[in-house]
Amino acid sequence: MEKIFTRTPTLTSSETHFCPGCTHGIAHRILAEAIDELGIADRTIGIPGVGCCVFLYYYIAIDTLEAPHGRAPACATGMKRAQPDKIIFNYQGDGDMAAIGTSEIIHAANRGENITVIFINNSVYGMTGGQMAPTTLLGQQTTTSPYGRNFQTEGYPIKMAEMLATLEGVAYSARVSLHKPKNVMQAKKAIIKAFEMQINQMGFSMVEILSTCNTNWRVSPIEALDVIENEMIPYFPLGVFKERTGKDFL
Amino acid sequence: MTEKKLTKGNIALAEGAIQAGCRFYFGYPITPQNDIPEYLAKNLPRVGGTFIPAESEIASINMVLGVGASGERAMTSSSGPGISLMQEGLSYMAGSEIPGLVVNIMRCGPGLGGISPTQGDYTQAVHGGGHGDYRNIVLAPASVQEMFDLTIRGFELADKYRMVSVILADAMVGQFQEPCRLTPDHPVTMPEKPWALKGRAGRKPQLLKSLYLGPGEQEAHNQDLQKKYREVERNEIMCEESLLNDADLMIVAFGTPSRIAKTAIRMAREKGMKVGLLRPITLYPFPSQQLHEHSERIRKILVVEMNTGQMLYDVKISAHKDADISFYGRPGGGVPFPNEVLDEIVKAMEK
Repeated sequence: MEKIFTRTPTLTSSETHFCPGCTHGIAHRILAEAIDELGIADRTIGIPGVGCCVFLYYYIAIDTLEAPHGRAPACATGMKRAQPDKIIFNYQGDGDMAAIGTSEIIHAANRGENITVIFINNSVYGMTGGQMAPTTLLGQQTTTSPYGRNFQTEGYPIKMAEMLATLEGVAYSARVSLHKPKNVMQAKKAIIKAFEMQINQMGFSMVEILSTCNTNWRVSPIEALDVIENEMIPYFPLGVFKERTGKDFL
Repeated sequence: MTEKKLTKGNIALAEGAIQAGCRFYFGYPITPQNDIPEYLAKNLPRVGGTFIPAESEIASINMVLGVGASGERAMTSSSGPGISLMQEGLSYMAGSEIPGLVVNIMRCGPGLGGISPTQGDYTQAVHGGGHGDYRNIVLAPASVQEMFDLTIRGFELADKYRMVSVILADAMVGQFQEPCRLTPDHPVTMPEKPWALKGRAGRKPQLLKSLYLGPGEQEAHNQDLQKKYREVERNEIMCEESLLNDADLMIVAFGTPSRIAKTAIRMAREKGMKVGLLRPITLYPFPSQQLHEHSERIRKILVVEMNTGQMLYDVKISAHKDADISFYGRPGGGVPFPNEVLDEIVKAMEK
């Protein structure tokens, strides 16, 4: 019988620590597939942040550096400057990148560091138990916004992909989702595009991935996919917000 | 004879870094150390190096972490408030055993404090600062020549033990000028770093991390780190022992106060008082054994610091139990005159 699908070699066979139903595992798979399809696994170094993403090294068989919370873009800056021939990527959650690490991500992007950032937006702090993040939707109940996020007291959800797209150093900024097979395929294409930007030395590339956290959202895995469709995407629209086509630096 | 050149302390340090093979500097401006980044911004590109004016000290130390994980030599420099911001990164580097060099040209605190010479960051540098059970190697230059030599030594020790080396100097040592030999006194070498992250080609994937969640894993990691620290304590202590053979009183001082103490010691000896100096050059590892052995015979000890008594605690736990320890300190930018130290010598001798 013809084998039509198999685990990509750089994805390990380890069972993940992710909650059942979480789409984080899909993000790992398409990332590993992108790395293998580009043939860069031997020269790629991953830098996960702190949170659910930290165990990247158990699941993707490449060299990995564990970064302090929010500081992965600074670590990646040092690593890429020291090894410009390597492919360096960050893998950060929304608590990591959009809260404690805003300074590091903005300045790495603004310097046009030739790195790639995979940004998982699930609108909560997942690993610590579902606290409110800067990406938490208005009205969304979390353990630290028990009455729902109120813009008058907690402000508005932060749109990282759009914000980073305004910076000259950014070559590619896109938002994708994992809630439908079609979207998963588009997400993988976006990751490949982001890596290609780095391979072609075009500058900073970032893919924001809308991902489910059914455990902390207190919904079933199926319902969580609907939350992305009906609640997240209306506020966090999918699309490419910046794509550099040539080395059109100022 | 090797030629010497009139050089400022901070410049000697920066040139020492280049001669040590450091090709990466990341930093954020703060007085009184700005001549270090300014020198390196000009001179690193000339040797193919990288200088990044980082957005914060937090970013600086994490850029150092990224280069260190790549197996190359990197440094940052700052002063009080900036060093405080780096403590998170220093703790992670200790946990992940990533080498690097951090320079603290101390300014007064707490808070924004002042920019005059001080030694108020001894405790932060030597006994922690960041979270968790860890140590940094701490080197305390007292001359422009040592700013050069100890920077090179700092890089070598950092690589040898996969630790962070801290150069802890007061603004006086950073700012004054002295004749300095600007070539290394030994061939600078860089060890092999098979642990560095360079991509998995030709080997299994590697990992640098500080997270240990499995039962007993973190404790085992802590014990491994402690074994390494004991080795550092056995092998790497440096101190200057001056005029101690016949001394009745031993001054313990590092950095600028050690030089003021030397003048005071000369004045005291002219008056017939037998005073000597123990100057720790490594603050971690602290010369506890040397201090203890001298204090078995020299029971009077005078600790002189430009703070309110921070190294004093290390002297107290190192000295013989019967040692009579006096302290003289000037915090907040106060620099003692030799005659002030002489007065304290007289008081300690008469006790």
